[in-house]
Amino acid sequence: MRNPLRDEGAAFRLVLAAIGYFGLIAVGSWISTWLGLAVFVVLTAGAVWFVWTGRRERPARHRVASDPGTRRILVVANETVEGAELLAAIRERVHGGRAELYVVSPALNSKLRHWVSDEDGAREAAQARLDRSLARLEANGLPAQGEIGDADPVQAVEDALRGFGGIDEIVLSTHPEGRSHWLERGVVDAMRHRFDVPLTHVVVDLERQP
Amino acid sequence: MTAHAHEHHGPPAANQSSRIAPTVLGMLLFIASEAMLFGSFFAALFFARVVNPAAPGHWPPPPFHFPVFVAGVNTCILVTSSFTMHWSVQSIRRNDRAGMKAGVTLTILLGLAFLLTQAIEYAHVGFNTGDGAFASTFFGLTGLHGAHVFIGLSLLTFAAVRAFRGHYSPEHYHGLEIPGIYWHFVDVMWIVVYTTVYLL
Repeated sequence: MRNPLRDEGAAFRLVLAAIGYFGLIAVGSWISTWLGLAVFVVLTAGAVWFVWTGRRERPARHRVASDPGTRRILVVANETVEGAELLAAIRERVHGGRAELYVVSPALNSKLRHWVSDEDGAREAAQARLDRSLARLEANGLPAQGEIGDADPVQAVEDALRGFGGIDEIVLSTHPEGRSHWLERGVVDAMRHRFDVPLTHVVVDLERQP
Repeated sequence: MTAHAHEHHGPPAANQSSRIAPTVLGMLLFIASEAMLFGSFFAALFFARVVNPAAPGHWPPPPFHFPVFVAGVNTCILVTSSFTMHWSVQSIRRNDRAGMKAGVTLTILLGLAFLLTQAIEYAHVGFNTGDGAFASTFFGLTGLHGAHVFIGLSLLTFAAVRAFRGHYSPEHYHGLEIPGIYWHFVDVMWIVVYTTVYLL
């Protein structure tokens, strides 16, 4: 099935197609009502056929085949992703067993920027954070894969749970209480409430990092 | 060790049996919701027209008439704005910032011209909402579309401000492309409204 609004170019072609479609119907109707109806039926059938026979856009699947003994851990990469406490928590979970690590980096943004689609900077920052966290995990012998997520951290985790599939545990780090927007907004509680996945909350105090 | 050593937690895997990607599905649902919104107004228009004793020979009922020529000019304005919008997006894809800014500015000006022309049309159309079902449906449909144009212009204004502040690049132009898609959609809806209300 084709999506007629998948990008700006496709939407522009839809405008041109609409001009042709309705122009021919109007001309047909001007000549004769029945001719207009016939043109409408033929063009509509053609349009439906064109839309349905288009190349199917398959959903992207990140799911990887892993054996049943492997734990799949989702790490949320926010500003505290480089904290030593978080790395220790991940090590503790991986230690002595097989584990696959997935990192989601929410494209954190202000509300105003979000509503005016000003997300380029947020996505670049999220990509940089993701790259840093993947490199740090790799350097510590913990290979991982990841992706940029939604601006809303809860939504980003939900998307990642569905995208990666079969996640056994979420590891989330925040600043200490009083300095954490996520704690103030109840993000951790919201995640615990929404997801039926064990969630480990790690507090990272970057000001006390060596 | 039990047989359930690896107990699964978490939400069930997303149902993808429809084989439609979530992004496509989201856009289709948006189109469907808009189609239903406009569809209810079209249903009212068609009903009013069918039950009109003089239909289909005389529509709108005499002595009223729709300003087909003025609306036709307005259609040309809006269709042209789709071309300038397309030019704007294509320009930033080629890293032509001047073209991008000119395109989005022209699109806004053409959109404003469309709304202004529609306001003048309303002032001189010669009937009002109380003059019959045909008038109610006319103002309802064209007004609903006008509201969509206003939303599109708001989105384009945000995009233009960002364009003039140096945002967007050939790799990152979502903030321009998404209002562009909406603008083209609004344009398509006007072609439907113009054909159905004014021409047929």
